[in-house]
Parts: sequence; C-alpha cells; structure tokens
Amino acid sequence: MISKDYQNRKFVIIAIFLLVGILYAIRLFMLQVLNNDYKLSAENNVLRYITEYPARGLIYDRNGVLMVYNEAAYDLMVIPRQLTAFDTTELCSLLHLEPDNFDRRLKKARKYSYRKPSVFLEQISREDFGFIEEKLYKYPGFYVQARTLRKYPEPIAAHLLGYIGEVNKRELKRDDYYTQGDYVGKSGLERSYELRLRGEKGLSVVMVDVFNREKGSFAKGRYDTSAIAGNDLHISIDAELQAYGELLMQNKLGSIVVLEPSSGEVLALITAPSYDPNLLVGRVRSDNYIRLNEDSLKPLMNRAIMGTYPPGSTFKMVNALVGLQEAVLFPSTQYHCDGPDSRPIRCTHFHETPLRLNEAILQSCNSYFWNVFRSLLKSPLYGHDSIGFRHWRDHVFSFGFGHKFNTDIPFELNGNIPTQAYYDNIYSPGHWRALTVRSLGIGQGEILVTPLQLANLSAIIANKGYYYRPHIIKGIGNEENPYEEFSEKQYTSIDPQHFDIIRKAMLDVFEDEHGTARWYRIDSVLICGKTGTVENPHGDDHSMFIAFAPYDNPTIALSVIVENSGFGSTWAAPIATLLIEKYLFGETKRAYLEERMLSGNLIDKE
Amino acid sequence: MRERQGILQNFDWITVLLFLLLVFIGWINIYSAVYNEEHSNIFDFSQRYGKQLIWIFAAMGIAFIIMLIDATFFTTFSYLIYSLSMLSLVAVLLVGTEIAGSKSWFQFGTIAIQPAEFAKFATCLAIAKYLSTFNVSLGRFRSKIIALIIILLPASLVLLQNDTGSALVYAAFLLVLFREGLTGNILLIVLLIAFLFVITLLSSKLLIIALLVFTALLMLYFMKRSKKNIIVLFSMLVIASAFVYSVDYAFENVLESHHKKRINVLLGKELDLRGAGYNVHQSKIAIGSGGIAGKGFLNGTQTKYDFVPEQDTDFIFCTIGEEWGYLGSLVVLALFITLLLRIIMLAERQRSNFSRIYGYGVASIIFFHFMVNIGMTIGLLPVIGIPLPFISYGGSSLWAFTILFFIFIRQDASRLELL
Repeated sequence: MISKDYQNRKFVIIAIFLLVGILYAIRLFMLQVLNNDYKLSAENNVLRYITEYPARGLIYDRNGVLMVYNEAAYDLMVIPRQLTAFDTTELCSLLHLEPDNFDRRLKKARKYSYRKPSVFLEQISREDFGFIEEKLYKYPGFYVQARTLRKYPEPIAAHLLGYIGEVNKRELKRDDYYTQGDYVGKSGLERSYELRLRGEKGLSVVMVDVFNREKGSFAKGRYDTSAIAGNDLHISIDAELQAYGELLMQNKLGSIVVLEPSSGEVLALITAPSYDPNLLVGRVRSDNYIRLNEDSLKPLMNRAIMGTYPPGSTFKMVNALVGLQEAVLFPSTQYHCDGPDSRPIRCTHFHETPLRLNEAILQSCNSYFWNVFRSLLKSPLYGHDSIGFRHWRDHVFSFGFGHKFNTDIPFELNGNIPTQAYYDNIYSPGHWRALTVRSLGIGQGEILVTPLQLANLSAIIANKGYYYRPHIIKGIGNEENPYEEFSEKQYTSIDPQHFDIIRKAMLDVFEDEHGTARWYRIDSVLICGKTGTVENPHGDDHSMFIAFAPYDNPTIALSVIVENSGFGSTWAAPIATLLIEKYLFGETKRAYLEERMLSGNLIDKE
Repeated sequence: MRERQGILQNFDWITVLLFLLLVFIGWINIYSAVYNEEHSNIFDFSQRYGKQLIWIFAAMGIAFIIMLIDATFFTTFSYLIYSLSMLSLVAVLLVGTEIAGSKSWFQFGTIAIQPAEFAKFATCLAIAKYLSTFNVSLGRFRSKIIALIIILLPASLVLLQNDTGSALVYAAFLLVLFREGLTGNILLIVLLIAFLFVITLLSSKLLIIALLVFTALLMLYFMKRSKKNIIVLFSMLVIASAFVYSVDYAFENVLESHHKKRINVLLGKELDLRGAGYNVHQSKIAIGSGGIAGKGFLNGTQTKYDFVPEQDTDFIFCTIGEEWGYLGSLVVLALFITLLLRIIMLAERQRSNFSRIYGYGVASIIFFHFMVNIGMTIGLLPVIGIPLPFISYGGSSLWAFTILFFIFIRQDASRLELL
C-alpha cells in the first residue's frame, strides 16, 4: 500500500494526543488538588462577589467652590438561593416595609435571578444601616453593599449639573461596564462626562459561611481589585453668579445665559423655574421626578438650551451687520418711519424721522430694519429675492444660529432659521419675495433661537466677529482645558470693522437720552445692550435683553429672557445689568432695583 | 440479509459505548448547570436539559439512519455533500440570523441551526475522498494546493461569519495531512510559529532575536558546516526575526479587540476580572474548588448560571470539575483520550484509504475541540468559544458530531466488504 511509508506517523499523532491529555491531567491536579486557594471549607461556604463602587468625581466651580459631592448610602442585597427560613415580620419592621411590599420585592429578586444578587432595598441611610447590620446575621442571603449618592451643598444649577439614575436596558447593552442597578449620568454634566466621572469599579471576593458571616477575603485577595475614584470636574460656572441669577429669576419663567466672550466658557446657565437637585437623589428620586415631570410649568426643561424663541429686536443687530457686510447699508443710511402707521410693519416706538443706523438700533425702529432686510434680499447682485434670502441665511448661520454647538451641554436644540426650500414649498419657487417674509427683518416669524445662541450673539459682537463654542468644562482631574477644539475661534462671515458702529449703538442703548435701557445705566462701567420684546401668540409678550460689558474690553456677555412679562426694558434689562454688576464688582449697589426684581411674581399674576 | 448481519457483527460497540458515555455525562452536567429548584422535572422542555434530551434522542435517530445507509453512499457523494455544505455557509452569510455577534445561524421558528457545525464532517468527507483518489499524493505541489483549498474554503467562509473559533478548528486537518504524507517540517513550523507568536507577545523582541541568534549559532556548531546548511539556517533566522517584528503589527491590526484582550489576559499582561478575564477566573475557581472528589451532583456553588455565562455550553467542563472533582475530570479526560486512540486504531485497520483518512479527520476534529475547550477552562489557552464534543449543550453541535462520528463507525462496520 502507498501509505505504508507513513504508517509510523500514527505514533507521532498518538503522542500528541497523549501529551495534551497528560498535560491537562497535571494542570487539573495542580488546580484541584495541590492549590488550596480554591478550597472552600466543608461547611459549604460560598463566595460572595462584592462590588466596590468608586467615588464619583466631584464638581467644582471656576473659583474652586464645591458644587457636587458624594455621601455614603447602603443597598440591602439579596441572593434568593441562599435564603433560609427567617422571621419575616421582624425584618419588615427593621426595614420599615409593609409585608406585601416586602413580598413584592422578594418576588422581583427571585424573578431576576435565583443565584445572582439583586438590590432588595436601595439607599438605606447611615442610621438605619447601623440597626440593620447588627441583626443581619439572622438572615442568610441578605447583605449590605456600600454605594455613594450625589449631594449638592447649594440647591443650584440643577439642569446644568444633571442627575444620575439607574442604568436602563439600552445602556446596559451598549457598555458592558455596567451591571443591573448601577448608576449612570442621565443628563447635564453627569451625562456628558460620565466616562470621566464614574471611575473604575473594584471587586472583592469574600468567603461567607452558613451563618452569613464574612470569613475574610478569598485566596488572600488575589482576585480582588480596588476601585479607582472618578476624576473631578472643574467647570466654568461661577457658582455665586449662578445662585444670584437663579434668585433673580424666582417666580418667573425664562432663562439667563452668561458667557465669557474671550473663551466661550459658560459663567452661568439659568433656567426658571428650577428645582433643588437634592430632590432627584436617593429613594425619593422617582416620586419627585414624577411630580416635577407632571408640573405644568415644566421645571425639568432646561429653557436655556431647549427653549426656542423668536429673537425679536435683539436680531436687528444681525440684520444690520449682514447689511453692512453686503454693502446695502451704511452708517449714514437714512430711512423714514411713520411710527404706528408704518407699512408693511408697524413701529411701536415714537422717535424722530428719518433716522440713521445708530438711532435705529438704540430706539429699535421696526421700519428701518424692514428697509434694511428688503434691500438685502433685493440686492442687485442676486437678481431674485430668494437668492438674496439664501445669502442672508448663510450669514445668519455663521452667527451660530440654526444649529447646535455640540460641546458638552447635552440636549441643546437647533432653533430654526427657515430655508429657501421651506418658503418654496409653501409659496412655490419664485413666488415669494422680501415682503412675504418681512417678519424676519425684525426677528419675528419662523425664526427661532435658544437663549444660549442669543448669549453667543452678544459674545460675537463683544469680540467683533468671532466666538468660541460655549462650553462648561475647564479641567478634568489634573488636566486643564481637556478639549482643544473648544478653544478654536469660530469666525462669522462679517468683517470686524462693521462691528464698531453696532457696538457704539448698543452702548447708546444705555448712554443716549433716547436709549431703550437708559434707566438702568450705571456709573461704574460702560454696558452695551439691546432690548427685545417678542410677540407671543400664546399670551403676553416675552421680555428679552442681550448685553456685554465693559464696552472696551468685554469680560461678560449674556442673554436674559423673561417669558410673558412684556417689554424688554421692564424685566430682562434690569436683571441683566444687576448680573453684570454682580459679576464685575461682586456686589450690587441698586437695592431698590434688586428688590423690585425679587418681588416680581410673573407666574401667579392676575 | 447477509450484509446486515455483517454490519452488526463488525459494528464497533466499544467506540459507540464511549460515545454514549460522553453524551450521558454531558446531559447530567447540563442538568446540573441549569438546575434550579423551581424546575426539577427532567422532562421539562422549557429548560435546556429538557431540550438537550430531545437533541439526544434525535441524534440517536440520526445515528440509526446512518447505520442503515450503504457505506459506499458517503464515498460516492462526498463532493456533493461538500458542495451543499459550502452553499449553506454562503447562504447563512446572506440570509442568516445574527446571534451573539456571529452571523452563523439559520433560524427556523424557535430552532436555530448552525451550518458551520455540519461543514466539519462535509470537509472531512471531501478531504478523505480527494486524498484517496488515485494519483493524488501530498508530495506533489498540485495536490497540496487542492487539499489546502478544500480545507481553507470552509474556514474562510466561517471566518466571514465572525466565528473565529469554528474557523480555527480547520487547523486540525494539519494532523490528517501529516499522517498522509505532508512533510513533518510543516507541522513543526506551524507549532514553532505558534510558539514564537506567544513568546513575542510576552517578552521583548530584542531578547527573542538574541535567543534566536544564539540558537542558530549553537546549531551551526553542531551541524555539518556546508554552504547549503549555512544559507538555510541564515534565511530561517531572518524569516524568524521578521516574523517576531510583524507579530506586534498583526496583533494590533488584524485581530479584533476582544480577541486581543483575551490573549492579553491569558498571557497575564492584562488583569481584567470584570471583562475577558472574568470567565477564566470564575472557571478556574469553580474547577479548583471541586477538590479531589468534588462537591457532588447539584451541589456546585460556583458553576451555576450566575458566574460563568456559558455554563452549559462552552464552559460545561467547569461543572464537571466542580461537582465531580479531580476524579471526575480525570474520567472525562480518560474517556476522550481513549476514544481518540480507539478511533486511530480503527482508522489504521481500514483497508480503504478513504475510511482511514476520514477516521483521522474525525479524531483530529474531536481532538482540536477537546484541547481548545478544556484548555480554555483551565486557563491554558485563550477563550475561544467552541463546544466540548458530545458534552456541551446545543443541538447543532451534538448532531454534527454524531454524524461525523457515525459515518466513520458505518465505514468501519463495512471494512471487510472491501477486497
């Protein structure tokens, strides 16, 4: 036979088989007989895997003030398989549980797994824990697992900081770091920086005897890993300013966004109504969450990034800048205004006529800006209004409107800058003109912006033409400015020289005898601002104000929106100036104004 | 009538008995791994041990049918079976269902079939048929290439399904080729490459190269210093060094992250008790805690579903080790080794080349599964998800091994009909 030559090779193969068999027999002998690490005593001990939860990173404000810290809490865990007969009534009273509630929890644990531990009673306070631990030896199958809860020294910045909650199925599937019952950042910074804040879980394996006593660590701790604490966050928020802003917004609806123009750092992000972040922690969390969620004033909504409003008169600067850039508007351009009789847009202000750009801004003339907008769309360069519109839209987009900044503020909305296609769809292509979309000239109509985008507009004017994407992070752990892309300048499509006249006009809003915010000027600093009164089809007008200061070298830029409160000059402007004063000088000197703002109740008004 | 008597007379009961014992041990341990107090009826078909019982009975039926089929059927239709199997591997890529990251299942209602399992015996048939063809010899280049294609085609199709473990199984055919005359150097080189791969990942490259140079010099000292020998030695040194340097690249760029992680954990470079290392540690604790005599049937505390997720499939050996101890583990090891040696013995007594080669294929495939599966549970090999033959839970795997095994038993029963 041909194969005779290779007959002897069967011995090689047999040798390989035997070798592996012997090798495995030796290895098993080492594992099962020689090695004592794995032996559990004859009392039928079991191993218990205890997760060491790391301390979640703390959060500090820009001045090192602690905003979020951790507090110990304890979960009572149960392993149904290890349960023996026990005194249910005693345990119920120990845990302050109704018997049927107790049964329900036990059933749920059994259903989840017979052998895996599950949380039986979550977040037991330190005092209760003491009592329970003493008696726990009577209840094999139950043990206590330490955890941490978030705590907030001051009840501020709830939306911004966000909250943590139990992982859901989707999160469990996406990241195998989590196990059932873990906590994960659900919103705000807790969500954005989850990976840095959470740290690394540890694991200790302990032996437990039949009396539910821990007999020390298994295999001399060889399989234990220690938890690694999460990184601390240093954020750009000024906690004092944030608290002051929230105070001023009490009993009002609306929001305030304060930025540092030279960096894009958010100094304060305020939404009203707000809630105490301590409400969404621990066992009370789900009840409070339901209550807040059902509140008709929507306290869970972060209006600063999710509220979208027409920008109203604050948008006039944008149209003016686009007009200057497109050379259809010059500082000396004059337009006529007939006040309330003006066509096609009424002007609500009484002022001399004709007027120039500077007066038009400081007195917020609607007729003037309709004319600016019309000349933009009808620019001879473009041939048709809809082409002019497209160019106008591109300019507006470069100011950060109509899209998200996508930094570290989750759930921000786009706002809306209508597209040419949108109007083509309604009126059919070529059948609409400047007159059709005239409201856009004064920041009304389909255009919607968020308070964050408005504050950014203020920063752009302060910077003369560029901005940094608004963000909250300053440092993580020992790392400073961890995201370089946040410090990239974003240029608008407007040349810097066009900003001087606009800034001067905004200064005159305070300094000129006709300025719409002249009552709120302060001697100590030159503030630039612009009022806005936004028509609200659902109720009273929204009061709006954007501002930056000081005029020469701006260090603060902000937007204030107070819903359903009427003119921009009545609520939003004074609040803005108080915040600027507070930020620049640490205190406010106008007690009467502060008092008026604090006592204003715009929610329960008649 | 005479023929039927012949089959029964020549039917190798000892081998079949070994098979039945392994299946029985498998079922007992699946029962124990899945056991929970609320479902203790062995005929509870909602539980996996109940289902496995159905698979076992079906497997017996399949075995019986195979015994009824004429032995020449398999030689005649080898290539046809192989082609159909390859088609099924392509089809599963197109219309298959993805389970646990591998797109390698056909879903029929509640039953999922894994064609990759059946491709093993089909390939085994094809390679036996090809190598037993007149005029084919592994000494010839052309034959070598064709044999390689027969093996690598299913391996790469399975790899495309993202099932690396099952694809690796085809490496087992190297033993078959070796037996049939493939030069021993190739077997040696493959073993050497595997050795170099592991050692490169473990220690510094410079050290290994120094070691290689030292070995080469040593060999040079003892060898006849002919020009040819020096050239061969030198080029081998260069190739080995290049290999050492390319391992890192291959490791970083070719392997998927979970494979990298598993290999790193095994080599002790990474300590990851939560992720990839978790299963291995759990498995070692479970087996180790079994001691000499084990904790007894159903008394395992570590090997229940909670600690190792695939307690009844890939990690079934943990349950054996924990509940039956070192003695139980030895019994299973011994049964496997006896079965393997018995198959080799039967293969060597075949008169037809086809049957012998097929027998070696059966032994090699079972051996590879046995080695990789148990090696992984005792922490000697990386975690590669392939089942333990006859023992692990799963219909596809059990049926495929039954078919693979009984075709050989059928051939053996008719061995005297030839010549």
